[in-house]
Amino acid sequence: MKISFTLNGKKTEIDVAPDRRVVDVLREDLGLTGTKEGCGAGECGACTILTDGETRLSCLMLAAQLEGLNIITVEGLAVDGRLHPLQQAFVERGAVQCGFCTPGMLLAGVALLKKNPDPSHEEIREGLSGNLCRCTGYQKIIDAVQAAAGNLYGKETP
Amino acid sequence: MLKPYIPGIGNTIPRADAQAKVTGAEKYAADYYGDDLLWAGVKRAGIPHGLIREVRTEKAKKLPGVISVLTGKDVPGTNRQGIVHKDQPVLADSKVRHSGDAVALVVAKDKETLRKAVSLIEIDIEPLPGIFGIDDALNPDLPAVHEEHATGNILLKATVASGDATAAFSECDVVLEETFTVPVQAHAFLETENGIAWQEPDENIVMIVSTQAPFRDRFEISHALGIPMNRIRIIGPYLGGGFGGKDGATVQCLLALAAMHVPGRRIKMWWSREENIIAGYKRHAARMHYRLGAAADGTLKALQCRLYYDTGAYAHLGAEVMALGMEHAGGPYRIPHTLIEGWCLYTNNPIAGAMRGFGVVQVSFAFERMMNMLADRLQIDPLELRIKNALRRGDKNCAGVVITQSTGIAACLKEIEQHPLWRERSVWKSAAGPFKKRGVGLAAVFNAMGYGRGLPDSAIAKVELTEDSRIRVYNGVSDMGQGNATAFFQIAGQILCQENTAIELIGPDTARTLPSGSASASRTTYTYGNALIKACEQLRQKLIGMASLMLLADTTQDLELLPGRVCHLTSGKEVSLKQLASMMSEQDRICTSQFIMPVVRGVPDTGKEFSIGFPHLLFSHAAHLAYVEVDELTGTIEVKQYLAATEAGRIINPQSFEQQVQGAIAQGIGYALSEQVILKEGNILNPNFATYIIPTACDIPEITSQPVEDYEPSGPYGMKGVGEVGTNGPLPAIANAVSDACGINPAQSPLTAAYVLECSGQKDAPFTGGNI
Repeated sequence: MKISFTLNGKKTEIDVAPDRRVVDVLREDLGLTGTKEGCGAGECGACTILTDGETRLSCLMLAAQLEGLNIITVEGLAVDGRLHPLQQAFVERGAVQCGFCTPGMLLAGVALLKKNPDPSHEEIREGLSGNLCRCTGYQKIIDAVQAAAGNLYGKETP
Repeated sequence: MLKPYIPGIGNTIPRADAQAKVTGAEKYAADYYGDDLLWAGVKRAGIPHGLIREVRTEKAKKLPGVISVLTGKDVPGTNRQGIVHKDQPVLADSKVRHSGDAVALVVAKDKETLRKAVSLIEIDIEPLPGIFGIDDALNPDLPAVHEEHATGNILLKATVASGDATAAFSECDVVLEETFTVPVQAHAFLETENGIAWQEPDENIVMIVSTQAPFRDRFEISHALGIPMNRIRIIGPYLGGGFGGKDGATVQCLLALAAMHVPGRRIKMWWSREENIIAGYKRHAARMHYRLGAAADGTLKALQCRLYYDTGAYAHLGAEVMALGMEHAGGPYRIPHTLIEGWCLYTNNPIAGAMRGFGVVQVSFAFERMMNMLADRLQIDPLELRIKNALRRGDKNCAGVVITQSTGIAACLKEIEQHPLWRERSVWKSAAGPFKKRGVGLAAVFNAMGYGRGLPDSAIAKVELTEDSRIRVYNGVSDMGQGNATAFFQIAGQILCQENTAIELIGPDTARTLPSGSASASRTTYTYGNALIKACEQLRQKLIGMASLMLLADTTQDLELLPGRVCHLTSGKEVSLKQLASMMSEQDRICTSQFIMPVVRGVPDTGKEFSIGFPHLLFSHAAHLAYVEVDELTGTIEVKQYLAATEAGRIINPQSFEQQVQGAIAQGIGYALSEQVILKEGNILNPNFATYIIPTACDIPEITSQPVEDYEPSGPYGMKGVGEVGTNGPLPAIANAVSDACGINPAQSPLTAAYVLECSGQKDAPFTGGNI
């Protein structure tokens, strides 16, 4: 089945089985291995992507659902090699340890800041609660989202 | 973007791997595919104990797209793996010993075919009575999990003693007793066990695998499959978490076996989350009987304990885990008379092995609860009681070993004493809302570093000035997220004075880097870091020596290595590293150096049963304080604030240090409140994240980390490992806080709402979650 969608700003057309999981399309067919898989059952959030700005779990989405959507993966956050402010905050604030939850966390954080540009710590915790991290204890991730909120306030986010 | 900088010691610099990880560019083992890829997977026993009558593979073999189906008969070599005891088959041949045992290996053209083929394999097993826990394992009338093991289901019985505990109890003013139990914990790293392997035309096997011990993997594969070690190359990228669970063979032997049978093709194996929980290694469940005696003034006098560790179906590092537990059984305190007995037991439960806090997490709970019970009994402030008994250099620990190295436990406790969270605890407690009870709890913990006696804890560092004048560090010890690679970056920057953009790190690869042991035992930065310091110093001397020839300097003392060049300070003349590199042969541009961790010199006359892993010379220390609020109606516990004072020598990177402290505490909070692998006759009932509950961002409070620096003379720049010690504190600190809040005495974990109500005497209270 031919499916057309926008992927990280680029018009993309693929020919795949309609029931192929989106995480496999991204990782195996398109080589975008930044999207991770941690459970395959929608429990960990590692495979989070943005579809029209909303967080979705790509392990629970099928290829046919991509039709017409605007998809952002972690590879689409930096523009011309310039890190997104949230990526920059993750680097500077030590929000990255093993890094396997990082792509999903970043996208969840970007979606959160788009909806709520000035979140409280509690709102950040709530906003990231669908994404598991086993390394950091979350604190530095929360700090990074807060720091990026300061930098992004009032600005357009992807 | 950050401006170029010279990485140095003691500074917070961004992790060397952060940029690639936030852009999605970093490639983990799971991110390798390749053209014409095949997928491998395993049929697991599904029955915890039994004799294999037949494995029927015909249907699977006939399925289109199936390339190969292998069973125990197809395994060359010994078909046995295991770090110390080679007791675990790659593919079970005659017997299954736990539900997750691999019985058949399938290679197929894609994941869907693989899944179908695995489901078509039938295993005919004659069931045997199961050994499903500590009591079963101690019952000599039940069958042995390993018939060939001389002491039946007792993998190892050991004794660690000091003084004369039996006599000393009669002189104590107070003697307390309690029995504690803790369940199995899962590592729950996000990147499940995986790798990709292929056999080259020259028959060499190459494997990219998520591993904590690339060099040992080569040995495991060689032993199990009968392949010479020099024909196996292991490449270990950054891991998506490990925490001990990838210390030991997971997919390695299976993948190598698949590669041998389908030469030339890339073969990938990636365990599902369910498979990770069922077949992956775990933290030992334990039962601990404690008897503690003290004088009326709180001075600890005597300790007797019997510790039982359930190691599951295979030894893995079970005896070594227990050894470390026994060495820490008396906490970071002076206790002159101890008798600590341990039993490490084979059962048909999941395999228990290494996990952060290796055997110490369990005893830390037991001993720190005993300390609080003692404080209650004697009406002594629990912090004062701990400070009074805290180990100092020169004291003997509970294993009778004289402590000669940096020992900061008293300093950590005093740091807590000074902190507003301790000083203002009464005010906070009294402000509890309706139907809420508040309490605060302490824990003082320590954790040994390194392998201990019996096995050299060694690393070999290699550093190169490349032809294009960059500094390249060849690091053979995995970075599973703990940040050791960044510390190596800092060490190279510090000694060789080059900018971050001129330094590159090569990760573990048995063909390019040198054997440096496993990423485990809080040893990684300490051991490899010490080796790297020596290698970098040698390179520095060499470059300065070469420069002195080129610049016609009288003495090398006037020369300084600076970014991109060596400068003759008195004349201002310079020579670039590029020029120096062009004059040197490849061999000349490389320096290597080995470091072996020092060990305890005075070996105590105890613990003789341990061939390796006892005793230890170096320990890191921490004191923790937890603020908890308990809902009186539901029993639910919320951790509201957390404070950790941590001593691990000097700090190389304050941000990395804090990451380790916070992350370890979060894992400990999960262990305290919700984490429990639920077993029913050897089968795991909660093999997924919907039912095995690890903390989310909503469950972890603000964690304040107060570093308490000491100086460890043997460490690189005075540091010690900090990876594990933080995991040991949360369960006892939170249990002590719950005890403070509710007046109950928790003796098991996790501290679920149901358990809190049960302790509070509300046995008919409705079930309230946190447990299933």
